[in-house]
Amino acid sequence: MKPLSRTVGAVPPSGIRRFFDVAAQMEDCISLGVGEPDFVTPWHIREAAIWAIEKGFTTYTSNYGLFTLRQRISAHLKRRYGVEYSPEDEMLITIGVSEGLDIAMRALLNPGDEVIFFEPSYVSYPPCVMFAGGTPVPVPTDYRQGFQPDVDRLRDAITPRTKAILLCYPNNPTGTVASHEVLKEIVRLAVEHDLYLVSDEIYDRLVYDVEHTCVASLPGARERTILLGGFSKSYAMTGWRIGYACAPAQIIEMMIKVHQYTMLCAPIAAQKAAEEALEHGEAEVERMRREYDRRRRLIVERLNEIGLECLPPQGAFYVFPSIRCTGLRSEDFTEQLLWEERVAVVPGNVFGSSGEGHVRLSYATSLPRIEEALHRIERFVRKRRG
Amino acid sequence: MNQEQHKAILEILEQDARTTPEQIAAMLGLEVEQVKQAIHQLESAGIIRRYKTVIDWDRFGEERVFAFIDVKVSPAREVGFDDVAERIYRFPQVHAVYLVSGDHDLRVIVSGRTMKEIAAFVAERLAPLDRVQATYTQFVLKRYKEDGEVYAETEPDRRLVMTP
Ligand SMILES: Cc1ncc(COP(=O)(O)O)c(C=O)c1O
Repeated sequence: MKPLSRTVGAVPPSGIRRFFDVAAQMEDCISLGVGEPDFVTPWHIREAAIWAIEKGFTTYTSNYGLFTLRQRISAHLKRRYGVEYSPEDEMLITIGVSEGLDIAMRALLNPGDEVIFFEPSYVSYPPCVMFAGGTPVPVPTDYRQGFQPDVDRLRDAITPRTKAILLCYPNNPTGTVASHEVLKEIVRLAVEHDLYLVSDEIYDRLVYDVEHTCVASLPGARERTILLGGFSKSYAMTGWRIGYACAPAQIIEMMIKVHQYTMLCAPIAAQKAAEEALEHGEAEVERMRREYDRRRRLIVERLNEIGLECLPPQGAFYVFPSIRCTGLRSEDFTEQLLWEERVAVVPGNVFGSSGEGHVRLSYATSLPRIEEALHRIERFVRKRRG
Repeated sequence: MNQEQHKAILEILEQDARTTPEQIAAMLGLEVEQVKQAIHQLESAGIIRRYKTVIDWDRFGEERVFAFIDVKVSPAREVGFDDVAERIYRFPQVHAVYLVSGDHDLRVIVSGRTMKEIAAFVAERLAPLDRVQATYTQFVLKRYKEDGEVYAETEPDRRLVMTP
């Protein structure tokens, strides 16, 4: 038979598959490897979706998504970050940020175009770039700098083929929130070299002790930025598959072409749920954020006690400690911890080679389970340290 | 320590009274000593009244019957309903007494081992009280949620064990 797609074939298989298969079979396994909230969607949101279905909201919507939802997102972004996007032609409702990323890359890239992003990074970035015919260019960040993006390294990575910089703050997997100043410099660099910015701000509401900086709000950014946002994390709505993309009209026009011919539109009941989330979800967002914050402080303190050093991350719901004291590589640590103590974590190297020597722990798990997991991790690490 | 931090300690303990001062300190970024002191203060001030355990007695296999009893009372000069309320709440089988708006004046929640026992309580203790004009008893058939606690099977964690 003829060979399958070279582009797709070039993307390596998922790095967590083999751990997933083991953990999924294991009874009494505590997983700190989950990248989604442990809360179920707040009841008022679920209830609003049930109501919408009862009322017959079962049709397609505009390719752009419900106008009323776009209006609410637009008002929300203006109120929170002072950025203005017209609900008419500067935004579109996507099937999660996942689709937003895909169509952003397809709208921007020509074959061979390079996209720079900081590593460790969310696992979908390199494949999304590659599927769109581009070349992913990772720039490593350092544990000792709290994984802050390094502007000098970024500058060195820029070539004549560079088309865009892909940012993700608050970050998965490190939990890092880039400082306002550094982001400003990155925008300045993008302006200087005429690069697009794609900013995945899916964790924007989950920040602790700091303010979120919306990249599009920075001087010079708006005209070259695709802002991606979503409901999955802030409102515990991962299964609803709703996100949004905001950008200048000529970019949205390109994105909507891909979206309309491949997705048509996001599911209407989920869009109605998202409307409810924006309208009445504030208290629940804050309740969950506060709960994450308490777990975060506890887990950071305990990990450092155990010897798995980490600086306190300021966003999302991940910690990304160093496992150096055990002398193990990320995958060996993960595998041995799973078999010996039945605790699942994600090896840092799946987020790029600069994640080697780390593991990702998610604190989107109830406190008692986090406590028990830490207890087991402590026992595991103590044996390794002798 | 400020009001906000006191409130945070109370919320944590309200959710799980067995959270240790060490854990609370870590969760809130405070010193352990500070937390201990604050808890002590909150106890002395009668804000933390006591620590109790939420138990599903049904699951344990113990029969307990609950009833809501609405009581009509003629108020008295000076004391209003307070004296009657007090006569009622002193009975240990009385779980709660509220002064309420609407058709009745007091709402009483009573527990007993059997319906008969509760019926006897109403007939012999409650109804004959001075100034009690009428009682209206409703037995609880099933408890779904109480004090914020849902008494159903807990829903399983439906998430995949590992996701990026
Ligand atoms: C950084 C980042 N971007 C995007 C996504 C995907 O989000 P969505 O559910 O909106 O597709 C995730 C989910 O884990 C994520 O961590």
